[in-house]
Amino acid sequence: MDHSDILEMRSITKTFPGVKALQDVSLTVRRGEIHAICGENGAGKSTLMKVLSGVYPHGTYDGAIVFEGEEVGFGSINDSEGRGIVIIHQELALVPYLSVAENIFLGNEVRGTGPLIDWNKANSEAAQLLARVGLAENPTTHVSQLGVGKQQLIEIAKALSKQVKLLILDEPTAALNDTDSEHLLGLLRHLKEQGITSIIISHKLNEIAEIADRTTIIRDGRTIETIDMADPDATQDRIIRGMVGRDLEHRYPERTPDIGEEVLRVEDWTVHHPTQADRVVIDRASFHVRAGEVVGIAGLMGAGRTELAMSVFGRSYGRGISGRIYKNGELIHVRDVDEAIGHGLAYATEDRKRYGLNLIEDIRRNISAAGLRRLARRGWVNANEEVKVAEEYRASLNIKAPTVMAVTGKLSGGNQQKVVLAKWLYTEPDVLILDEPTRGIDVGAKYEIYTIINKMVAAGKAVVVISSELPELLGICDRVYTLAFGRITGEVPVAQATQERLMELMTIERETAKDLAS
Amino acid sequence: MTAIAGFSEMVTRNLRQSGIFAAFVLIVLLFSLLNSNFLSPGNLTNIVLQYSYILILAIGMVMVIVLGQIDLSVGSVVALTGAVAAVLVIRNGAPWWVGALAALAVGGLVGMWQGFWVAYVGIPGFIVTLAGMLLFRGMTYRVLDNVSLSPFGGTYYDVANGFSTNGWFGGYGVDVFTLVIFGLAVVGYAVSQWRTRMGRIAYQQVVESMPIFVAKIAVVAVVVMAFGYQLAQYRGLPNILILLAVLILAYSVITQRSVFGRHIYAIGGNLNAAQLSGVKVRKVTFWTFVNMGLLAGVAGVVFSSRMNGAQPSAGNMFELDAIAAAFIGGASTTGGVGRVTGAMTGALIMAVMSNGMQLMGVPQSIQQMVKGLVLLLAVAFDVWNKRRADAR
Repeated sequence: MDHSDILEMRSITKTFPGVKALQDVSLTVRRGEIHAICGENGAGKSTLMKVLSGVYPHGTYDGAIVFEGEEVGFGSINDSEGRGIVIIHQELALVPYLSVAENIFLGNEVRGTGPLIDWNKANSEAAQLLARVGLAENPTTHVSQLGVGKQQLIEIAKALSKQVKLLILDEPTAALNDTDSEHLLGLLRHLKEQGITSIIISHKLNEIAEIADRTTIIRDGRTIETIDMADPDATQDRIIRGMVGRDLEHRYPERTPDIGEEVLRVEDWTVHHPTQADRVVIDRASFHVRAGEVVGIAGLMGAGRTELAMSVFGRSYGRGISGRIYKNGELIHVRDVDEAIGHGLAYATEDRKRYGLNLIEDIRRNISAAGLRRLARRGWVNANEEVKVAEEYRASLNIKAPTVMAVTGKLSGGNQQKVVLAKWLYTEPDVLILDEPTRGIDVGAKYEIYTIINKMVAAGKAVVVISSELPELLGICDRVYTLAFGRITGEVPVAQATQERLMELMTIERETAKDLAS
Repeated sequence: MTAIAGFSEMVTRNLRQSGIFAAFVLIVLLFSLLNSNFLSPGNLTNIVLQYSYILILAIGMVMVIVLGQIDLSVGSVVALTGAVAAVLVIRNGAPWWVGALAALAVGGLVGMWQGFWVAYVGIPGFIVTLAGMLLFRGMTYRVLDNVSLSPFGGTYYDVANGFSTNGWFGGYGVDVFTLVIFGLAVVGYAVSQWRTRMGRIAYQQVVESMPIFVAKIAVVAVVVMAFGYQLAQYRGLPNILILLAVLILAYSVITQRSVFGRHIYAIGGNLNAAQLSGVKVRKVTFWTFVNMGLLAGVAGVVFSSRMNGAQPSAGNMFELDAIAAAFIGGASTTGGVGRVTGAMTGALIMAVMSNGMQLMGVPQSIQQMVKGLVLLLAVAFDVWNKRRADAR
C-alpha cells in the first residue's frame, strides 16, 4: 500500500443467502482526495460502505480493509467512528426536537468536571463547528426549524466533532436545491484543503465531474474501473457506459409528438396555506394539457409545484381553494382523491417513501392500492386477479423483484418508483401528474421511466411532469410552464426553451411575478 | 407455469404464523401431559364457554391495531352493554332479545362516539379510548346504581351457556348433531381449500405440492373431529361456538378480501399513501371503531349471559387480554400487520394458559406473571424474526 493512500479495501466479497452483493470489490482512496463512487441502484455501493463502516461487522465478509496503513476489522459503527471514519446517510439521523448543539454532541456529550453536561462549553464548541461548516445558526435552535440543506451541514459538523479523517456522504445533495448543493460541494472542497478525505456517493454526474478527483464505478457488485477525473477521457458518457454496461446513446428516448384535444384545464387556481389562512401558496394559476402531450412544470423549491399538483388532485393540500377545473371541456368538481381518481386524474408523489408506498406491504398490494375498486365486485376483492395484474405490471415496467410478493420497502429507488407508476397506471388515468419522477434514481432506471412516459402519451394520455432538473424537462416535454412564488410566470414551447430562459422565468422577483399573474 | 412449494419452504415463508401455531400446539400438549383432565370433554367445553369473550374482542381489536390505533375501553364497554341488557331484562322484565339488541345498539353508539373523536377530530385512539374506559365504567355504575343485577335465566342465560341444538339427531352418549356439524365444517374447509387451490393454479401461482395439501387437510380434519367428538361426548355443541365460528369466518373474509378490510391495512401501513390513493381514511377509521364497539356489545351480551348477571366491575382488564391476543397473534405495534386468524390463535393461547393453570391450581399471582412473560416473549420472537428476515 502506497503511503499516500488512506484507505484500501481489498477484494471485498459479501454474500447474503442466495445473493452475492459484492464480489471481489477493490477500492483505493488517496489521502486528501474527494473520491466519488458511482453505480446504478442495487449495484452494491451502499453495501460496500456498510462493510467499511462496520454495519456489517468484521467476519461477515471476505477480504481486507487497510486504513492508514493498518489492517482493521470493525465490529460496529462505533469502532469505525473511533478511527475517524464517519458515514452520513441519505436519510439524515438528526433528532428534530433537540437543539443543534444537542444533536452535534449526541452520544458524545461534552462533560464538565463531573458526570453532568457542560452546556455552555457544548454550545460554544458547537458554534465553532458551525462556523467551520459555514452555517450561521444559533446552536440552541431546534433542528426541526432548519431546512434539509442546513441539517446536512449539521451532520457534517457532527462528523467534525468526532475528529473525522474519512467522511462518507451517501447522496448528500439528493434532497437539496441548487444553492444548498453548491454550498455543500464548496464545503467539501474546503474540508479537503484541511486534509479531510471524502467519499461521495452520487447519481448526479455533473456534480461528480465538478468535485471529484477520482471516480470508482461499481456495477452488479463488481468494480468496473477507477477514473482519474483530470484525464480528458473522463467524460460523463464514459461513466454512464461503465454504470449501465452499455452505451446509452440518448439520455432521453425519442418521441414524435402526436398532440390531440385538450384534456385538462385548470383556471384561476388559488390555494391558501393549510395552517396560515392568510398566506397564498398558489396565486391564480392557470394551465392546460392536451392528449398525447407532456407538459413540464419548472420551479425552484418552495415555488409551489407540489402544492399546485396536490391541490388539484382532490384537494390533498391547502385550504381556501378556489378556481375551476375543466376535464374534456366540462367543468368538474373534485372534492377528494377518490373523485379525482374517478375523473381520471392520477398523481405520483415526489416522496415515494412517505406518500407513495406502503413500505411494509408487498408489490402486489401497492399496485392495487389506488385501483382496488377495479378488482372488486360488490366490495369483494378478487385476489387472484390482483396477482395477475401485478405480475403484468412487473413484467411490462421491468420491476426487478423475484415475485410480486416482495416487500416494497426492500426494493431499490428506481424499482419503488416503478411500483408507484404501476399503481397509477392501473387506475387507467387520462391525466397523469408525475412529481419528480426520477428523483434519487440512477441513469438506467431514469431512461426506463422516460420510456414509460412516452408509452403513456402514445396511448393518448396527458402527462404533467414536475421536475427540478431542467435538462430532464427539456428532454421529455413538449411545453414547459414556469412557476415562481406560486404564480405561473411563463409558458414556453420546448423548441424555444433553453435552461437559461427557464431559469430566468423561475427566478422572477416576487413583485414582478405578482404583476404577471394579474 | 405453476410453481409447487415444498414443505420446508411453506414453513419458512410463514414462520411467524406457523411459529405461533406451533407454540399453541406445544402449550396444549404441555398442559395435557401435566393434567389428564385438560383434554377431557368437560374441560374443552369449558374453555370455549369461559374465554369466548376474549376471542370476540380480539377480532375487533386486531382490526383497530392494524389500523394503527388501539382501544383501551373495551372492558368498560363490555360492562356497560351487559348492564344495559340486565336493567332491561332483569329489572324491567323485557324479553331476552330486547336486552341483547339494546346491548348491541349501545356498543354501536359507543363505537360511533369514539370513532367520531378519532376520525373526525383527529385525537389519537389511545387518548379517546382511555377517556372512554373511565367514561363507560362510570356510566356502568350509574346504570346499575352501584349494585349487581342477577339472574337473567331463560333464553338470555342460554346464549352463552346453552346447547340448544343438542340431541336433534339423537345418539347414545355422543351427540350426533354435533358430529354432523363438525363433519360439515371439515368438508366445507376442504372444499374451500380446494377451490382456492384451483383458483391459484388457474392464475399460475405457487401452490403446495399435492401430498402436503392432502396432509394439511387430513391433519385439520383429525384435530377438528377429535375436538368435536370430545364436545359431543359431553353436552354437545355450545351455542357460543356457533356464534364464534360465524364471527371468525365472517371477519377473516372481511379483513382479507373486502375493499374495506384492505383499506384498513393500507391506512395502517402508510396513512399518507393511503389518503393519496383515494382511501377515505376518516370513514374507514370511523367504521373500524364502530365495528369494535359492536363486537364489544356482542362480548357484553356473551359475558353477562355467562355470568348470569351484570356487575359494575365486570370486564375489568378485558382490553388487555384482547390487546395481548392481537400482539401474540403477530399484529404489529405500528399498524399495517396482523390477521384475525393470528389474533384468534393468540386469544386461544391466553385462554388455554389461563384454564390450564387454573386446573393445576396455580395461584392468580403466578398466572398473571406467566401471561405477561408470554406476551413479552411472543413479541420478542416477532422482532427477532423480522431482524433475521431483514439481514437476508
